[in-house]
Amino acid sequence: MSLGSVPLKYRISIDRDQCMKCMRCVDNCSYGVYRLENDRILIDSRKCTACHRCISMCPRDAIMLQEKPVDYRSHPLWTVEAREDIINQARTGKIILAGMGNAIDYPIIFDRLVLDACQVTNPSIDPLREPMELRTYLGKKPAKMEFTKNNGDVELKTKLSPNLKLDTPIMIGHMSYGAISLNAQLSLAKAVAKTGTFMGTGEGGMHEAIYPYQDHTIVQIASGRFGVDINYLERGAAIEIKIGQGAKPGIGGHLPGEKVCSDVSCTRMIPMGSDAISPAPHHDIYSIEDLAQLVRSLKEATNWEKPVFVKIAAVHNVAAIAAGIARSSADAVVIDGFRGGTGAAPKVFRDNVGIPIEAAVAAVDQKLNDQGIRNQVSVIASGGIRNSADLAKSIALGADAVYIGTAALIALGCRVCGNCYRGMCPWGIATQKPELVQRIDPELGSQHVANLIHAWTLELSELMGAAGLNSIESLRGNRERLRGYMLDEGLLNVLKVGSVGA
Amino acid sequence: MCGIIGVIDRTMSRMDGSSIKRALSLMDERGSGEGAGYVAYGIYPDYPDCYAIHVFFDNLLEPKSTVDRILQTWGRIAHQEEIPTYDQPGLKKEHIPWRYFFKPYTDLMVGTTSPADDTVKHIVMAINSTVEGALVFSSGINLGVFKAAGWPEDVANFYRIEDYKGYIWLAHNRYPTNTPGWWGGAHPFNLLDWAVVHNGEITSYGTNRRYVESNGYKCTMSTDTEVVAYLFDLLGRRHGLPSEIVVGALAPPFWDEIDEMPQKQEEFMRVLRLTYGPALMNGPFAIVVATKDGIVGFTDRIKLRPLVVGEKGPLLYISSEEAAIRVMDPDIESIYMPRAGEPVVGRVMV
Amino acid sequence: MQVDPLVIDVKGMHYTPLNRMIREAVASGVRDIVLNNVLGQRFIGNGLRGNVKITINGVPGGDLGMFMSGPECEIFGDAEHAPGNTMDNGYLFIHGSAGDAVAHSMRGGKVFVKGNIGYRGGIHMKEYDGKYPILAVGGTTHAFLGEYMAGGLILVLGIGQEPAVRDRGIGSGIHGGEIVIRGDINEKLLGVGAKKVEFTEEDLERLTPVIEEFCERFGIDPAPFLDTNYSRIIPASSRPFAGKYTWE
Repeated sequence: MSLGSVPLKYRISIDRDQCMKCMRCVDNCSYGVYRLENDRILIDSRKCTACHRCISMCPRDAIMLQEKPVDYRSHPLWTVEAREDIINQARTGKIILAGMGNAIDYPIIFDRLVLDACQVTNPSIDPLREPMELRTYLGKKPAKMEFTKNNGDVELKTKLSPNLKLDTPIMIGHMSYGAISLNAQLSLAKAVAKTGTFMGTGEGGMHEAIYPYQDHTIVQIASGRFGVDINYLERGAAIEIKIGQGAKPGIGGHLPGEKVCSDVSCTRMIPMGSDAISPAPHHDIYSIEDLAQLVRSLKEATNWEKPVFVKIAAVHNVAAIAAGIARSSADAVVIDGFRGGTGAAPKVFRDNVGIPIEAAVAAVDQKLNDQGIRNQVSVIASGGIRNSADLAKSIALGADAVYIGTAALIALGCRVCGNCYRGMCPWGIATQKPELVQRIDPELGSQHVANLIHAWTLELSELMGAAGLNSIESLRGNRERLRGYMLDEGLLNVLKVGSVGA
Repeated sequence: MCGIIGVIDRTMSRMDGSSIKRALSLMDERGSGEGAGYVAYGIYPDYPDCYAIHVFFDNLLEPKSTVDRILQTWGRIAHQEEIPTYDQPGLKKEHIPWRYFFKPYTDLMVGTTSPADDTVKHIVMAINSTVEGALVFSSGINLGVFKAAGWPEDVANFYRIEDYKGYIWLAHNRYPTNTPGWWGGAHPFNLLDWAVVHNGEITSYGTNRRYVESNGYKCTMSTDTEVVAYLFDLLGRRHGLPSEIVVGALAPPFWDEIDEMPQKQEEFMRVLRLTYGPALMNGPFAIVVATKDGIVGFTDRIKLRPLVVGEKGPLLYISSEEAAIRVMDPDIESIYMPRAGEPVVGRVMV
Repeated sequence: MQVDPLVIDVKGMHYTPLNRMIREAVASGVRDIVLNNVLGQRFIGNGLRGNVKITINGVPGGDLGMFMSGPECEIFGDAEHAPGNTMDNGYLFIHGSAGDAVAHSMRGGKVFVKGNIGYRGGIHMKEYDGKYPILAVGGTTHAFLGEYMAGGLILVLGIGQEPAVRDRGIGSGIHGGEIVIRGDINEKLLGVGAKKVEFTEEDLERLTPVIEEFCERFGIDPAPFLDTNYSRIIPASSRPFAGKYTWE
């Protein structure tokens, strides 16, 4: 019995009057939508992923794309997606894998929060004329300053733990070499070096092309320990232990053997073509004291010269977990919300497990504050930060800094088509195919990413100036400068934010 | 906005409240007749080792019996009385100001090196956050706050502040935006030995508030100024930082200035800023803080509010307006304007 | 030229100053270090490079030799949690038993344990390029031996044990390398993705140097172990999870 085919996701059409058969679409589409036959460009719409590569390259704007060109009988419960997933699983009996972040239409809390500005009782500050401080230090801070007094002279006793110094509170999150291409990673690395901030290496080790920018990297150690040796740990400006990821909390991941090319194999230190499996837990961490042990082990190995971050997915009990981490020797807690991106995740996890970053970061900030240790550890928010407003709101909800991932990839061309797991990314980002990877010029790519960071930084300065703040410390956790718009009381209480008008 | 003025006689000679009343009244333009107040140090020499707890009661029944019970649980009441007041046509008596002279037991509080202070701090927080109809607005030794909703001269006359003699006086004339007409919202704010008068608005209030709350303080006055008192108590008393360094934490130099400092000083300021980042105060402000040992005045980092300093011999004046200083002391010898964030310190000489 | 070893009495010492001393000694050219009265100090030799031998008398704490790259540690005593964790190169010779997760994610070098080890021994060991990690155990091992194993060799001699391993989950998710256990192992003990194959004469020839080195190190006569009475457990596939997923 045949289940038949499901309808096209997208229909591509060409305005034949406009088309000059320049062949750019044929050359650019790595999925094989276009082919030339008998001097005519033929289209196989079924292969289209809506990556827009052809559209962006067409000099005549001759290509049209229509989403869901075939209607189903509409039904509020049995959505098209629900029906098609069932057909897929009936056919295969397998777990559905999907790319990019959570694709369910949950309300976006960021869009229900509004920022404040000064009127009369305090002046706005113009960041173009007046000082505006976005410098952010990530790492452990002392609870109080220790000093000695010698006849009037105050002598500092406190020795500060190593902190990362950021010129702007925007960092680029961990996307491993393997998940993304070397040219993509190189673009990001050059961009953070230009903008005085940091990027995560992901769990795939560090390719030697990144070495010149290693002072701007945070090296990640995940459960698979890929590419982890003492040299790698010493290269990073900081080390991050990845416990979980917002897109797929509670499960591991694996890079399929076909993506483990010779360079990826070198960097990960595994044989070519072998699956790179990251187990769900770190098998030397089955409890919080084991985490503390790994944190200290990493510090011990690197002579206590590197801050160690711990990244967790935002799950229900995130605040208590973060508080436990804060009381280890960890210098920062990274919270990855359920909208965090990924190259591939089981769809059921991506769409249903975890909580939004807004609530998670507010709850963590509150818990640490209640325990009197908020300023002693840094909090980094990630997972679905789209613009400088999300950034400002994250900081007002209690983050020290944010990681961006998808936003940085969009700056490299990504159109969020969500087919990263197929390894054929026509933008040269989520692929290891040399002919696709070379589509990214790291110099140009880095400029785009640096532009984005720079633009958000400017906007953040403007937002702060309008709120009468000239230092990022004064925005951090400052719930007075946020109001909830159409949020329910329970959520307002979690966010510790008042309602608009209140 | 508001008007502030403070004065210290560094030899600890005591002056009565009449001249500061005149000075504050001169700055009536800065207020709105909805709040004024005074604090004076050295006014209760007869109770040198008692905390003078000033309370606004809505009535003398439940609120007072609850406060009595709390105080008696934690210590001994040496003396108590209604604070003498004198009806003024322009001032509606909303509360009954009361004062206790209180000696806390020092063996009830654990985990502290200053049990008396911490006990009193705990009592103040407990009463203000839990006892309906009672508000502690002054809790230091040998000092007292006198404040109400009204014009400076009405409030002064209501309490007859010329009857009190102190070596430090701070005064404040309020133009409220947050809590008009509320007696508790008038300045000075006081906790233990710390008193604060403040002109401006603290845009970092949300952050500062979370920080002091994280350290066991409860913000109950619905206004931003009280965090200044708590920040000084936390950094100055509990962490033991000298006033200049507290000011350095609350209104620090900019990073580009710190980067230029000599290495040792750079490290000091960097550690200070990192340690006390959540205590950094933003927004327009001019503040004068007093303790029994002296006063310190400072403004925000980009000088969004005015502050003028005058000196004559042992007398140091800090005010929003030069004229107010000259009203108090026509023979003032030097007048100058401090730089943004620069602490102006007047210490008693003993 | 014989040089006296650097002897450190570490009684009551914290691991951070201890490791600092070791690092400084190695940097200054010391090639032989003896640590006496070791008791619970974690992370000994952590991230250490170089050509040095460290003799440890006592019971070191967890993560002994973690990230280590080169040195040799000989331990006269038991070891706790995860010795050889993510070790890159070098040797741990333990004249006693060890705790859970021994040689976790080890990429190169050798961890020899004369006695028994706990659960999840050799978990996620992996080989790469010229690096080939070996975990050899004289006694027995507990469950989930070689879980997620991606390369290298685990050898269990089962001295004084019958059978050599009684716990389940051997080689769960194994996708590289091999687990060799003395005697005939019941297939019911194998984890998902593991399969048992015959241990051949060629295998014996290949492993004889390892067996001999192990026995020599611990003063055991190797002769009784040089036969084909072993079970060899290898991945059923190098892609244990292939076929689990369908694309969206």
